[in-house]
Amino acid sequence: MTQPTIISEYDSSGTRVRISGELLTQSLQTVEQGFASVRLTGDRVVLDLSDVEALDTGGAWLIADLGRRFTSQGATLEFQGVKPAHATLIDTVTRSIPDEPGELDKPRSLLDLIAQMGHITVGAWRDTLSILEFLGLTLHRLFRTIVMPWRLRKAALVTHMEETGFKALPIVALMGFLIGVVLAFQGATQLKQFGAEIFVVELISISVLRELGILLTAIIVAGRSGSAFTASIGSMKVQEEIDAMRTLGLDPIEVLVIPRVLALLIMLPILGFVADMAGLFGGALMSWIDLGVSPGMFLTRLKENTDVWQLAVGLIKAPFFALVIGVVACWQAMQVKGSAQSVGQRTTASVVQSIFMVIAIDALFSIFFSEIGI
Amino acid sequence: MNNDTQQASLAATTDREAVIRVRGLRTQFGTQVVHEGLNLDVWRGEVLGIVGGSGTGKSVLLRTIVGLNKPAAGEIEVLGVDVLNGPEDDRRRIERHWGVAFQDGALFSSLTVLQNVMAPLREHTGLSEKLMESLGALKISLVGLPQLSCGKFPSELSGGMRKRAALARALALDPEIVFLDEPTAGLDPIGAAAYDELIGELQQALGLTVFMVTHDLDSLYAICDRVAVLAEKRVLVEGPIEDMTKVDHPWVQEYFTGPRARAAQQKGQNR
Repeated sequence: MTQPTIISEYDSSGTRVRISGELLTQSLQTVEQGFASVRLTGDRVVLDLSDVEALDTGGAWLIADLGRRFTSQGATLEFQGVKPAHATLIDTVTRSIPDEPGELDKPRSLLDLIAQMGHITVGAWRDTLSILEFLGLTLHRLFRTIVMPWRLRKAALVTHMEETGFKALPIVALMGFLIGVVLAFQGATQLKQFGAEIFVVELISISVLRELGILLTAIIVAGRSGSAFTASIGSMKVQEEIDAMRTLGLDPIEVLVIPRVLALLIMLPILGFVADMAGLFGGALMSWIDLGVSPGMFLTRLKENTDVWQLAVGLIKAPFFALVIGVVACWQAMQVKGSAQSVGQRTTASVVQSIFMVIAIDALFSIFFSEIGI
Repeated sequence: MNNDTQQASLAATTDREAVIRVRGLRTQFGTQVVHEGLNLDVWRGEVLGIVGGSGTGKSVLLRTIVGLNKPAAGEIEVLGVDVLNGPEDDRRRIERHWGVAFQDGALFSSLTVLQNVMAPLREHTGLSEKLMESLGALKISLVGLPQLSCGKFPSELSGGMRKRAALARALALDPEIVFLDEPTAGLDPIGAAAYDELIGELQQALGLTVFMVTHDLDSLYAICDRVAVLAEKRVLVEGPIEDMTKVDHPWVQEYFTGPRARAAQQKGQNR
């Protein structure tokens, strides 16, 4: 492979540029500077291409661009020794050189920044309205499904129950177990100082049953199933499947959203219950090993001092969490536009938003329950 | 000038060089055999059209040649390099010598059209940013897209424009071989004819070898030098399109002598 070269000679009559070698896109970086540094003397330019061995559009562009630069400065251009095939190529390229380069990004001013803030604020308000509208729509369809149960897509419901519930059992149970273990372990070190080891039972039962069991289960489900909902419905949106459904008279909410939300509504309380039990088991095991509280004693203490309300207070929250995760995930999916990148962005937003909402609702419930004194 | 190209094409027919050579190819998915004992040669500088009924593995053949699909048996040579078992370095090297335009464009959705076209340049050359931008804009203009589309994202383009942008990206490195998967499918007749003309022009100007999977009889008559028919899991016949009507095979007969074929043939002759 011959390296391309460019030699320019200047004399009284004008400029003579000799180009030789293989002018191919992949080897152009060696002559790019050479082309840029050729200057014009006189008003006549001769481009000698007789030693050009190979030419592609990249090389032809450099030659055409050089020629254009000179003619715009008022010089007459003359080609010498151009091979016919190269002439056609240079011709084609010269004809296709865009007149003006594509628009460049303008620098941003302070005003743009303020305008952008305005856009974001208005956008956030519209999103809030839109998601409330979607919640209303989903609840309406949900009640309609309860009144007219034959409209429910049972196969889809079962599939989603398996995906979001059954397949999440191992991870949820393991998480619950570890939470119990950690609480017992941490609690034990503190309670030992007061000789109040036995209170570890209350520590575990109240914190796991009331708060941690269901909250962490909801967070896992939001990350696991919420993201899956957004990604799968979002991809359908990109493929115009949702539009196809509408034209066929199928209601996307009824076909896609209801089975998913309903599956979450059914499975999240069950998952929460499993997490609670696994938490108690892990706590009991750790108390036995670390504090010597026997399982029998743990159970007796649990029955005496822990109201069944503690469990109920935790699980009452589950359907609300489920609804929030399902609605946020499906709403985000419906906002997907055009590209695969949009699916990714919406999936991230879906997980972040639903986890935030779950924690916010949990806080509201805490206040509510403490006000009514449960 | 005209004489020269005639001589060149004459030389190509007498002393032709196979840029793609497929021998005894066998591809299968699970138990379903798509190709069995498939042989094919693509000569330098020709436009080869691949036709065949739905499900005869036209796109699979394309994907197999460019290495996206591993065949069960057979040999594939592109530009003298064994793409299946050759040394990694050689295979990487020939990737710069081919361009592939997928059916729906397969443009990178997070990049603008110009960035899409610049992507291969960025990867394989050491050119300055400014020169890469100029070359990218040139390729976009070569395929007949307005400069306004440089800054647009693929999702903002129509289907036909996406196909053109995909061709611009495939041409970015000035490849010797261009693979086109159904380049005119889904275009309106005017757009499709313009695309055919574009391929023909570029092929002449750049000396490309074009491997084109198509169903478009107009394209076959307008720009293809040769046609290869895929049927019965192999290349049933190959040759100039004029010879296809003489082939004694029910599918080939129906394809090339049906009412649409006759209309396309007349149109091709009128050109």
